[in-house]
Amino acid sequence: MNPAQDPAVVAQGLTKRFGHFVAVDHLDLSIARGEVMGFIGPNGAGKSTTIRMFCGLVTPSAGRATVAGFDVGSQSQAVREHIGYMSQKFSLYGDLTVAENLRFFGGIYRVPQQEMAERVAFALSMAGLEGRENALVATLAGGWKQRLALGCAILHRPPVLFLDEPTSGVEPEARRKFWDLIHQLAAGGVTILVSTHYMDEAEYCNRIALIDRGKLMAVGSPGELRTRELGGELVEVACAPLGAARTALLTAPGVVEAAIFGDKLHVVLGQGGLTSETLPDFLQTHGVQTGQIRDVVPSLEDVFVRIVSRAQDARSAA
Amino acid sequence: MNLRRLLAMAYKEALQIWRDPRSLAIALIMPLMQMGLLGYGVSLDIKHVPLCVYDQENSQLSRAIDSRFQAAGWFSITHVLHSQADLRNAMNAGQCIAAVVIPVDFSRHLASTGTASIQAIFDATDVNTTNIAQGYLQGVIAQTNAQIQAQWRAAHGVQPTLIGQVNLQPSTWFNETLDSRNFIIPGVVAVILALVGAQLTSLTVSREWERGTMEQLISTPVTALEVMLGKLLPYFVVGMVDAVVCLGLAVYWFGVPMRGNLVTLFAATALFSMVILGIGYLISVRIRSQLGASQIALLVTMLPTTLLSGYTFPIDQMPAPIQALTLIVYPRYYVTILRGIFLKGSGIADLWQPLLGLLIFAVVIVYLAARAFHKRLD
Repeated sequence: MNPAQDPAVVAQGLTKRFGHFVAVDHLDLSIARGEVMGFIGPNGAGKSTTIRMFCGLVTPSAGRATVAGFDVGSQSQAVREHIGYMSQKFSLYGDLTVAENLRFFGGIYRVPQQEMAERVAFALSMAGLEGRENALVATLAGGWKQRLALGCAILHRPPVLFLDEPTSGVEPEARRKFWDLIHQLAAGGVTILVSTHYMDEAEYCNRIALIDRGKLMAVGSPGELRTRELGGELVEVACAPLGAARTALLTAPGVVEAAIFGDKLHVVLGQGGLTSETLPDFLQTHGVQTGQIRDVVPSLEDVFVRIVSRAQDARSAA
Repeated sequence: MNLRRLLAMAYKEALQIWRDPRSLAIALIMPLMQMGLLGYGVSLDIKHVPLCVYDQENSQLSRAIDSRFQAAGWFSITHVLHSQADLRNAMNAGQCIAAVVIPVDFSRHLASTGTASIQAIFDATDVNTTNIAQGYLQGVIAQTNAQIQAQWRAAHGVQPTLIGQVNLQPSTWFNETLDSRNFIIPGVVAVILALVGAQLTSLTVSREWERGTMEQLISTPVTALEVMLGKLLPYFVVGMVDAVVCLGLAVYWFGVPMRGNLVTLFAATALFSMVILGIGYLISVRIRSQLGASQIALLVTMLPTTLLSGYTFPIDQMPAPIQALTLIVYPRYYVTILRGIFLKGSGIADLWQPLLGLLIFAVVIVYLAARAFHKRLD
């Protein structure tokens, strides 16, 4: 093992092509030990492919990656000994009971026999499945299945965990419980890369990596991303008609972004142009009636919309 | 290779077989069904061939001949006819597949010239049955001749002489009762093992792909070899148990003579199981849908076993190119060994060639199977 200060996961120029389609495009990423890194992006952005490359399941077309100090290409067996993985699709054995699944993965990961009972008991209590050891897994509800899958993935106490959309399709209450577990594990020093498309979940992460069309768009803590990436002050404008207002604002001086957000507009006001005060008059000249204007703490969703649309602008300009 | 991981894999697979009604049915009920069906249903013997008799003479002698046909056990006289038209109708209606016509001057001709003819007519749409029935009929006539000659000599005071007379004394070895069941049933064991082994294993990998459990499995440190051996071990046990049941039924239920060495028999059975399981596993790795895997398994195991192994159709009788082809039809080696051990009591000295053939197949197939599976998604 490498010294403790080395990052748990490193990707350098990591690339995966399927024919002409570039699923992951020169991705550089570093995840520190004990960090919870959120992996955010739309479906098909390359999140799963990246995680699978980290797990040694998919061979990179170019670039390299190390996990827990081992190269994912040449040392994939060692990588597998040091990781836990939850695939996007539920993948425990439905025709086996809760306890049988846990013991199976315990055996596959060679959990020492004398510790088996204790670790299975821990996984059961973590998943909230005490007393249901003999239930067939196929009969469990979604949230329990996910927590059991997490239990199976950590039986061998891996230093690095890869969770691919672990909470998709799970009810909100169960999602919250799941995130509590993730933080418990991280507090114990486990490095976790977790992908999600729920924006609220991004807030629970130490850092976030935004990926779109195979490219890493931004990395940082939720706070950093808000201030750095937005490029101005976010205001919410109640006005009508929305479409005309947006079109007008996009060409107005100092407006960084204008996006329809429900029945209102979210407008990012940069330096040296329109302000909250001058905005109603500007819209009036374009035939738009303005209602209330208020400052908004930008959500991460605002940040991502901003980053993605900036990339789109760059692409269409090129 | 790690024994702990292998056993974890094998135990999981055994639990899955136990909980899957379809697998259980294939493993436990199918062999019994097949044994019953093939043991009772497949017979190359012909008994109670429906026979019509048109006795134009109706004399004491002709009636004696009629009853001889009946008494031989091979024929059942279904109709006694009275005209040529009846005969045609009976044949057309399929009431008989053989008919005997005793001419009106039969006895008189025999008495005056010493010879007489009986006409035999066959429905030859089924050539095989016709040939066999013809053989049986000639047997009955030969017996009748012998008796008539003996009576004639006795009546004329001539001592029977053996000079110038050749008597053929047929002697059948290995299957003294000429019961085709003794020939068929040892081969049935091969058919059942092929069917059960390949059907079960062909699903073992594709099931994991279809249910999405494979991605989790290959993210663990378990090696490809451990996956293969762990998965095949329970099926090997099932196959050997099925073999014991089938061989037991063959000997104790169907009364097939068992004259050879049990150790050789089980060594050959183990080798054959390995080939079958290896093929099932190879298919399972290559074909990711359960349905496709199951059908291809049927094609590459059942077809050669039933058609080209010599199980029903003797290899000696096949055209030369097909005979050459059977050299790569692995069940032929096992069927040869089974028959040799069961009926001839052959030992390793006699069976080393088919045993070697089976061993080579086992090694090659298991090697290919071990290399076929990769712990990658791309």
